[in-house]
Amino acid sequence: MNPEELLYCETHEWIHVEEQAGSKVGTVGISAFAVEQLTDLVYIELPEVGRAISAGGEFGEVESVKAVSPLYCPVAGEIVAVNSDIKDRLEVLGEDPYQAGWLIKLRITDESALSELLDYAAYQKQCAEEG
Amino acid sequence: MPYSFITHEDRQAMLSAIGAASLEELFAPIPDELRIQGPLDLPPALCELELEQHMHQLAAKNAPAGEKVCFLGGGSYDHFVPAVVDAIASRGEFYTSYTPYQPEVSQGNLQVMFEYQTLICQLTGMDVSNASLYEGGSAAAEAVLMSMSTTGRPNKVVTSASVHPEYRQIIETYFEQLNSELVTVPAPDGTVSIEQLAATVDDDTACVLLQHPNFFGCLEDVAAAAEIAHHHNAVLVVSCDPISLGLLKRPGDLGADVVVAEGQPLGTPMQYGGPYLGILACRERFVRRMPGRIAGQTVDRRGRRCWVLTLQTREQHIRRERATSNICTNQGLFALRAATYLATVGPQGLRQTAELCLRKANYAADAITADRRFSRAQHQPFFKEFVIRDAKGQVEALLDEATNSGFLAGIPLAPWYPELEDCFLVAVTEKRTKEEIDALANCLASVSVEAPVAVTQ
Repeated sequence: MNPEELLYCETHEWIHVEEQAGSKVGTVGISAFAVEQLTDLVYIELPEVGRAISAGGEFGEVESVKAVSPLYCPVAGEIVAVNSDIKDRLEVLGEDPYQAGWLIKLRITDESALSELLDYAAYQKQCAEEG
Repeated sequence: MPYSFITHEDRQAMLSAIGAASLEELFAPIPDELRIQGPLDLPPALCELELEQHMHQLAAKNAPAGEKVCFLGGGSYDHFVPAVVDAIASRGEFYTSYTPYQPEVSQGNLQVMFEYQTLICQLTGMDVSNASLYEGGSAAAEAVLMSMSTTGRPNKVVTSASVHPEYRQIIETYFEQLNSELVTVPAPDGTVSIEQLAATVDDDTACVLLQHPNFFGCLEDVAAAAEIAHHHNAVLVVSCDPISLGLLKRPGDLGADVVVAEGQPLGTPMQYGGPYLGILACRERFVRRMPGRIAGQTVDRRGRRCWVLTLQTREQHIRRERATSNICTNQGLFALRAATYLATVGPQGLRQTAELCLRKANYAADAITADRRFSRAQHQPFFKEFVIRDAKGQVEALLDEATNSGFLAGIPLAPWYPELEDCFLVAVTEKRTKEEIDALANCLASVSVEAPVAVTQ
């Protein structure tokens, strides 16, 4: 996925939204900036398929040698797929955060939160301020 | 350390630093009705000699286990403590040390923690142990919280009436601020009813908490409980007596997922109820939900073996209010005592200790029940504790009389178990001699014959 076409949370998750069989499906991951800030990742906890999550709700956590950080869901939905393989290949998050490093896919149940998200330019600006 | 008291100059310096003219001005915002008017109601000051005499008089009112013959149990036991335990634990390097946040200057402490954890894993059959918690009761409560967060089942925990009542109270206290229910399954003949346990555990149950040997000293069917818990994907937490593991199968081999224990029997005297040692060990899959400190082994940049605190990212000094637990103080000194004790007695010594407890407890039960006034209240196999029923129902007077004769004969069960109000709990450790046990039996029997205590209020 092209990072310039994604939407971002202030908490560094990205989402890509597409139409699938009449409903909107979002693919969620964390940004290259987030992975870089977290330093060496050691563990990730992801939810089970079927769980409903609200916009801004926690869907898991990622642990580095320095800290444990919650993962926040950009939009409300029901989880339809989880990238479980990534647990054993955390390096993928650093190598390819926007494609192979996706974390969850969810069927969006309320898209209102999408309008609050940052576009690429706004997110880059935030990262520059934080970095 | 000398006592430094505050001088008038100190007080003025502090007041001027915060911009208050006087103490009165500083306290002015406190409403009058909340302030004590006039001086504190204290007796006149004593000189050092008078104070020492006063404290001696107060201390003499205690009846320590070292001066009476002790048959008290219920979570705290009069086991033998080899002299080497005190010799090592009283070394200044250990005695005054604090949490080893800085591994490069704390290798000795970290090595002790790692060895303690290793010994606890070997003893319990678990994969991981933390570096200890406060004591057995809070370890049980933390194990319950671990089970709730791991299973994602926050609402229900099942335990047994045969689990230490104070441990259950601690869990109830934790639950007061949570929407969780602690369901207690009855233990009609001293052990949990397996049928009722099976009927109570369901798919909402986070864990089953059992004690084995249990509060009454009886052995539970842990394997059956494990099957019930695991059938519903619930966690089995077993609270055990570490001394019993010299003889009994390890809880891990019986199907336990988390093992907790009061570690006091391992090298710590009874010392009026604490401080003690909370043991907490678990299967590896729970490690990220485990509260407290964990020492890990690694290598330094020259490839030499060394130790660090590991998995700290979930602890409160890093994660604040999102920490796994906000009780992460360990009992480093008592973990050191436990590690020293286990290393000193070794597997053979622990087995001998456990065997002596078992045999002497069985001998004591027979000796006491030789008098027809006394019988065992339960009919299950037991380890080092058993419940005696007094046919005359005068437990309190009986135990008082025994204390006057030099025996701490047992714990009355009435405060916790109304149905056992005519019963008391007797514990027998390897320290009790045949003579002491015979003398206790004679003492109880003679109270029985003379019955001067039959005059009740």
